[in-house]
Amino acid sequence: MDRQGKIINPSEDPQLSKETVLNFYQKMTLLNTMDRILYESQRQGRISFYMTNYGEEGTHIGSAAALESNDLVFGQYREAGVLMYRGFPLDLFMAQCYANADDLGKGRQMPVHYGCKDLHFVTISSPLATQIPQAAGAAYALKRENMNRAVICYFGEGAASEGDAHAGFNFSATLECPLIFFCRNNGYAISTPTNEQYRGDGIAARGPGYGMLSIRVDGNDVFAVYNATKEARRRAVAENQPFLIEAMTYRIGHHSTSDDSSAYRSVDEVNYWDKQDHPISRLRHYMTARGWWSEDDERSWRKQSRKTVMEAFERAERRLKPNPELLFTDVYQEMVPRLAKQRESLFRHIQQYKEHYPLDLYEK
Amino acid sequence: MIIAMAAAARLFIRGAHSTLAISGVGTGRQNSLLKLSAGCSSRLKAQRHAAHFTFQPDPPTTEYGDTQKMNLFQSITSALDNTLASDPTAVIFGEDVAFGGVFRCTVGLRDKYGKDRVFNTPLCEQGIVGFGIGAAAAGATAIAEIQFADYIFPAFDQIVNEAAKYRYRSGNLFDCGNLTIRAPWGCVGHGSLYHSQSPEAFFAHCPGIKVVIPRSPLQAKGLLLSCIADNNPCLFFEPKILYRAAVEQVPVDSYTIPLSQAEVLQEGSDLTLVAWGTQIHVMKEVANMAQEKLGVSCEVIDLRTILPWDTETVCKSVVKTGRLLISHEAPVTGGFAAEISSTVQEECFLNLEAPIARVCGYDTPFPHIFEPFYIPDKWKCFDAIKRMINY
Repeated sequence: MDRQGKIINPSEDPQLSKETVLNFYQKMTLLNTMDRILYESQRQGRISFYMTNYGEEGTHIGSAAALESNDLVFGQYREAGVLMYRGFPLDLFMAQCYANADDLGKGRQMPVHYGCKDLHFVTISSPLATQIPQAAGAAYALKRENMNRAVICYFGEGAASEGDAHAGFNFSATLECPLIFFCRNNGYAISTPTNEQYRGDGIAARGPGYGMLSIRVDGNDVFAVYNATKEARRRAVAENQPFLIEAMTYRIGHHSTSDDSSAYRSVDEVNYWDKQDHPISRLRHYMTARGWWSEDDERSWRKQSRKTVMEAFERAERRLKPNPELLFTDVYQEMVPRLAKQRESLFRHIQQYKEHYPLDLYEK
Repeated sequence: MIIAMAAAARLFIRGAHSTLAISGVGTGRQNSLLKLSAGCSSRLKAQRHAAHFTFQPDPPTTEYGDTQKMNLFQSITSALDNTLASDPTAVIFGEDVAFGGVFRCTVGLRDKYGKDRVFNTPLCEQGIVGFGIGAAAAGATAIAEIQFADYIFPAFDQIVNEAAKYRYRSGNLFDCGNLTIRAPWGCVGHGSLYHSQSPEAFFAHCPGIKVVIPRSPLQAKGLLLSCIADNNPCLFFEPKILYRAAVEQVPVDSYTIPLSQAEVLQEGSDLTLVAWGTQIHVMKEVANMAQEKLGVSCEVIDLRTILPWDTETVCKSVVKTGRLLISHEAPVTGGFAAEISSTVQEECFLNLEAPIARVCGYDTPFPHIFEPFYIPDKWKCFDAIKRMINY
């Protein structure tokens, strides 16, 4: 697709059904709506932290749609759309951000560190690129399992500078793993632009150095992302080798709620991408050109999605936090004596000093 | 006002006063999407509980010349500014330092001293430290920044196997004493597993490096300048919760505070309290509580340098008081309190009136929503004092 949503090369049109394309659009916009509400909620002190996905929705939805539902996903932290596409409910996104008693992760991590075993999305951790060699190992194990499952591993162009990236790329190639490396090259690693991150030809050019087939795609063209991921997945599983996809996109939002990007880039630059090359707009042009989406559809969808997000938000906010005994579990699979003693001593302490602890906010 | 967050938690939001709202596609800037429903407001106020400490500045001093009001990150900037001004070989590097750093510690330095002296590196901690070791070995004053102490581990090999051993293994032919590594450290209210860690214990186990942790802006500037001047590779951990919350009068010019010297902050006769960094402010409050509620007189010691640590000051105090309580946020097992406890019982065994107490984090990763229960707060420390006095 070009920036007006017109197919450039008809032989590359994936010719997805109206239902599929509408789903792409709705997932991208629902993500955008959730992002705006949760970002705002952090500014109001209601959640502690948030990271938006503005501008990168196409990379999430396009790639997620090209995978099988049981392919294993290793992410970095800016791939919430992949989870959304797979059907992770708003209530659970919110539960994780609010660290309430419904959080699958039991309230232990900062917001946006999602994970879901049922949807095959490995829990996010903050350290960068640590997931890359892990993805290689997982792919190797899945190869031996022989169930035609693939692994996809997402990371940014900044994380690709870490030593772990080198390890993961090299291992996956030498050990012949069915793995898709998906690099979101969004222009910035917090304040660091790409010309300070690398001097070579981006991340895609590194692939051949490892013996890995690589492709660079327009990350804001959801169909291009879909096509590349689909083909990479097919061959990764058929041939047991890794593929590297570098999706060129732009981080429209700040790095996180702890960042003010006007300190290092111009508002004009950001507005350019927001107005001229946005994955959501481009797909919308494609849809309206086919008569698949009207102004009325847009209005009522926006209203409906905002309503469902707000309802989930309000539910999550009212929910209690998890029982403090969950502070002590899952360190090991089994409880160890020393930790059990520490748990007992905390509970004895809280009994005696209960007015100094926010017990009302937590489940009993 | 809905934003009822404690100052301590607020600090984590860089540019908190910016009103720039990037709203994504289509609708442009909107009025607030969120209105607080009536029922939620009281719950929310309770959610934003106060920080677990109150920063207590030291009395102002003219010992080092004219002073200026500075918070912790400004005192760091001042130390770096003094260094770049006086030492032409000095360079500062790490992730995002060029625009001022995620905690504003390097604001203005690139413009003032040039892009060859204050520069971003690629995103790679092992590279940052390795690069720093090499620069230092080749004669430059290398000041490396690791963005959070939680992310220092890719550099562990370079620090432990290289930096710490450079001088020893070469028979003193080579050294990287010109290297200083700075990193934000410790709990911040909502940092969770990877923005709250206090990893000093890992490095305390490594002869050849120095590990330093300041409690305040005044201490930070003097200790950092000492680390930079010191001819051994130094790790300087900066309590991030104090970056904005700690404000005091700090000398504008260069000055140093000696390394490996603990400081007795207040004298007492019944019990010695040892801590470092943020926890010092908890201990000062605990000492007051012990005096008021129990009539117990506590001596408070800021260790300041973790490695090599000042055993003499601590032991001298325990000989006097007979009781020792050590407190740190890091998990208790193998935490640095264990080393202090072991040494003190060797040196002061017959002086001890009670077992040495350690009030520390639990043996778990640092949790997000359970932080209020996890940290060694003043009530846990106070309770430990009660038990020690009654032993």
